[in-house]
Amino acid sequence: MPDSRPGTRFPGYDVLSKRQGPSWNEKTREVIAKRLATASEPRFFTADEFLTVVAAASRIVPQPPTRRPVPIAALVDRKLHLMQSDGYRLPGTPRDGEAWRLGLKALDLETRVAFGVPFHILKEADQDFLLARMQSGELRDPAWTDMASDVFFRMRLARDIVLAYYSHPTAWSEIGWGGPASPRGYVRIDYDERDPWEAAEVKGGNVVAARRKNNRVR
Amino acid sequence: MRQYRQSEPVDFVIVGTGAGGGTLACRLAEHGFSVVAMDAGPYFRPLEDFASDESEQTKLYWTDDRIVDGANPLQMGGNNSGKAVGGSTVHFAMVSLRFRPEWFKSRSLLGYGADWPLDWREMWRYYSEVEDALKIAGPITYPWGPHRPRYPYRAHELNAAARALADGCEALGIQWTETPIATLSAPRGLAHPCVYRGFCTSGCSTNAKQSALVTWIPRAIAAGAEIRDLAMVGRIEADNSNLATGVHYHRDGQWRFQRARNVVVAGYAIETPRLLLNSATDRFPAGLANSSGLVGKNLMVQSNQAVWGTMEREVRSYKGPPSLAITEHWNYEDKGKDFFGGYCYMSQGPLPQLWANTLLSARGLWGPHLISEMENYNHVVGLKIVGEMLPQEANRVTLADETDQYGLRIPRITYSWCDNDRRLIDHSLAFMTEALEAVDATDIWRQNDDTCHLNGTARMGNDPLTSVVNADCRSWDIRNLWICDGSVFPTVGGVNPSLTIQAIACRTADRIKTMARRGEL
Ligand SMILES: Cc1cc2nc3c(=O)[nH]c(=O)nc-3n(C[C@H](O)[C@H](O)[C@H](O)COP(=O)(O)OP(=O)(O)OC[C@H]3O[C@@H](n4cnc5c(N)ncnc54)[C@H](O)[C@@H]3O)c2cc1C
Ligand code: SF4
Repeated sequence: MPDSRPGTRFPGYDVLSKRQGPSWNEKTREVIAKRLATASEPRFFTADEFLTVVAAASRIVPQPPTRRPVPIAALVDRKLHLMQSDGYRLPGTPRDGEAWRLGLKALDLETRVAFGVPFHILKEADQDFLLARMQSGELRDPAWTDMASDVFFRMRLARDIVLAYYSHPTAWSEIGWGGPASPRGYVRIDYDERDPWEAAEVKGGNVVAARRKNNRVR
Repeated sequence: MRQYRQSEPVDFVIVGTGAGGGTLACRLAEHGFSVVAMDAGPYFRPLEDFASDESEQTKLYWTDDRIVDGANPLQMGGNNSGKAVGGSTVHFAMVSLRFRPEWFKSRSLLGYGADWPLDWREMWRYYSEVEDALKIAGPITYPWGPHRPRYPYRAHELNAAARALADGCEALGIQWTETPIATLSAPRGLAHPCVYRGFCTSGCSTNAKQSALVTWIPRAIAAGAEIRDLAMVGRIEADNSNLATGVHYHRDGQWRFQRARNVVVAGYAIETPRLLLNSATDRFPAGLANSSGLVGKNLMVQSNQAVWGTMEREVRSYKGPPSLAITEHWNYEDKGKDFFGGYCYMSQGPLPQLWANTLLSARGLWGPHLISEMENYNHVVGLKIVGEMLPQEANRVTLADETDQYGLRIPRITYSWCDNDRRLIDHSLAFMTEALEAVDATDIWRQNDDTCHLNGTARMGNDPLTSVVNADCRSWDIRNLWICDGSVFPTVGGVNPSLTIQAIACRTADRIKTMARRGEL
C-alpha cells in the first residue's frame, strides 16, 4: 500500500523540472510563468472578503505546512478580476463576481450570528461546520436573497477554489500528473507503463527508487 | 485570403464556422459561390497560441452569459460549446461516429421521437466523404451496422483506460472496438500524428486533431471564402418581401452590416435559435423562420453519465485522446431495454481540474477527502456514455430580459429529463458498473448528473407545420435563410453528433449547387 500521508506518494517529483524541456511549448512557459508570479494582494476582493476567501480555501483544499502554499485565493481573485466567467448560472444567481460578493456577505452574516466573530478567525472545526451547512443548503439567512447557499458552494466557492488549486504546478506534482505535454506527448500508454518524464510512484515501499526516477524527470 | 466588401452582396454569409458552418463554407466555396463566414471567436493558430493548460485554454469556450433552469439545468461553458473559428470542434473530443440507420426513421421504425427527412443510404455516402476529409483513424471492420468502408487511417493503439473498456466488454460478452477518431494516426501534409498528450478537450497544440479549423477552413480559404473572425452577428435583416438581406454584426467596437443573397445560421443549438429570436421584426414578431413556433424548442442534449473506479495498476488515463475505445452494443441491441433510444460508452481521460471538479460536484468531496482521492488520480478508470435523450418541446431556448456585452438579449436554457431519459441512464449505469467490476476495479461509484452536446431547436422535417427547415436545411418561411448546424436534428441518437453535422453540411452544399443550377435559389 502506498504511504497515505499527503505529498509522499511521488517523492522528489516536480512538474517544473520539465519546464525547459520538450514537454513545454513557449506558450505554456509564458502562461505558467505568469501564474507562478501571481501577487498575493487582491484586486477584485476587498481586504475583508479576501480574508474569508483565504480561510475558506484552506478548508476546501488544505495544504501541508511543509511546502510553500499555492496562493489559491489570489488565483481565484485574478480570475474574477479578469472577468473570466463560467458563462452560465441559475436564475437568482448573479454573474460570477457578484455571486462571490453576495455569498461572502451572507456567509459573514451567518458566521457573526452563530459565533459572533468573522469567518477567518473561527476554529477550523467551526469553519468546516459552516461550509458543510452551506454545501447542504442549510444556510438560509435572507442575506442569500435568491441564491441558494448550496448552489453558491457547488458552482462558485468550492468550484473556483478547487479549479484554482489544480491549476498550479505544485498540485500537479502532488498527484503525480505529467503536466504540460506539448510537443513531446507520451509514448508508453498501456497499464503500468511510464515514460521517463513521468512521475514515479512509490512501489513496494521503495521510496529511494521512486525518488531516483523522479529526480531524473526532465 | 480573399476579402469581400460589405456593400456588395455575397452569395452566402454564414454565421458560425464550426462543424456545420465551417464545412458548408468550404463546400459552397468549392462549388464556386462567394462566401463570407463570420465567427464571434478568434482565428487561433494552435502551434503558437495554444498552451498545454486547462485554465488558459478556457479561452476556447463560449462563456458569454447564459441562464440555465428547469428540473435538470444544463452545465454550459467548456463542456458544451466553443467560440473560435472552427467552433466547438477546436476543443471537441474527436469521436466520429455514424448514426444507426434506423434512427433516421425512429418514429416509423422504432416508435419514438421524430423521423428525419433524410435517407440513411444517402447519409452513408456523405459520412464517407467526411471521414475521408478528416482522415479518421478507425478499425478495419466496424462491429455494428451495415457495411462501411475501411477508415482512411489506421486505428490508434489503446491506452490503459481503453484496455479496461475492452476487457470489460469481453468479460460481459459484448463487442467493442477502437473508437473512430479525428486525430491523425500517421502524418498528413505538414501535420504530425497525434502525440498522445491528452489535452484534446483543451485544444490540440500540435494540429494532429482534425478540427474544422485545420480541415475545412483552410480549404474554404483556398477556394476563395473569407473567414471574418471576432465578428458577432446580432441580427439578421429581413425585408418585407420575406427575404433576408444580410446580417448586422459587431466587429472592432462597432456594428456593421454585410449584405448577402443568402444567410446561413450555424451558431449551434443555443446561439442559432437565439439569433433567430433576436431578429424578430414587425413582420416576424415571433422571430425569423418561426411560423411553426418551434424555433428554440426540442433542445436535446445527450446523457453523459459515468461510472468510475480505481485500479490496482497505474492507468494514467491522461495519456492519449480521452476515448480510444468504445462499445455501441446498446445502440444496436434493442432486446433487454426498458427505454427508447440507445447509448454508447467510451473510455475516459479527465485532466486534473476536470477530475477534481467532478469529485467535488458529483461526489461532494472537499477538504482532506478530496486531496487524498486526487492522489489516486493515476489509478482512476472510467466509462462514460453518450446517450440519447428524447425531444420534448418544453426543453427549449428562450430569450431572457437581461442583455450581454453587445446589448443582445441572453438565452435562457430550460431542461428537464423525462422518464425515458432516466430509464436509459439507469440501465447504462448498472451495465457499466458490471463492466468495471469485471475488470476488478474497486471503489466504484456513479456520476449521475452530466450531459453533453446540444442539438435540436430548429428541426428539419417534411412539413412546415412541424419543422423549421426542410431536408436541405432551408427555412420554410424565408427561402434564402438556411440553418446548417446541430440545431436541425429531429432526434439525437446515441452517438456524438459532429460527423452527422458535417455530413449534412456536405449534402446541403451539394443540394444548393443543384438548386442553383436549376434556378431554384
Ligand atoms: C468538450 C466537447 C467535446 C466534444 N466531443 C465531441 C466528440 O468527441 N465527437 C463529436 O461528434 N462531437 C463532440 N462534441 C460536439 C461537437 O463539437 C459539436 O456538436 C459540433 O461542433 C457542433 O457544430 P455546430 O456547427 O452546430 O456548432 P459549433 O461547432 O459550436 O460552431 C458554432 C460557431 O458559431 C459561432 N457563433 C455562434 N453564434 C454566433 C453569432 N451570433 N455570430 C458569430 N458567430 C457565432 C461560435 O463562436 C462557434 O464558433 C464535443 C463538444 C464539446 C464542447
Ligand atoms: S492527444 Fe493527440 S489529438 Fe489530443 S491534443 Fe494531443 S496531439 Fe492533439
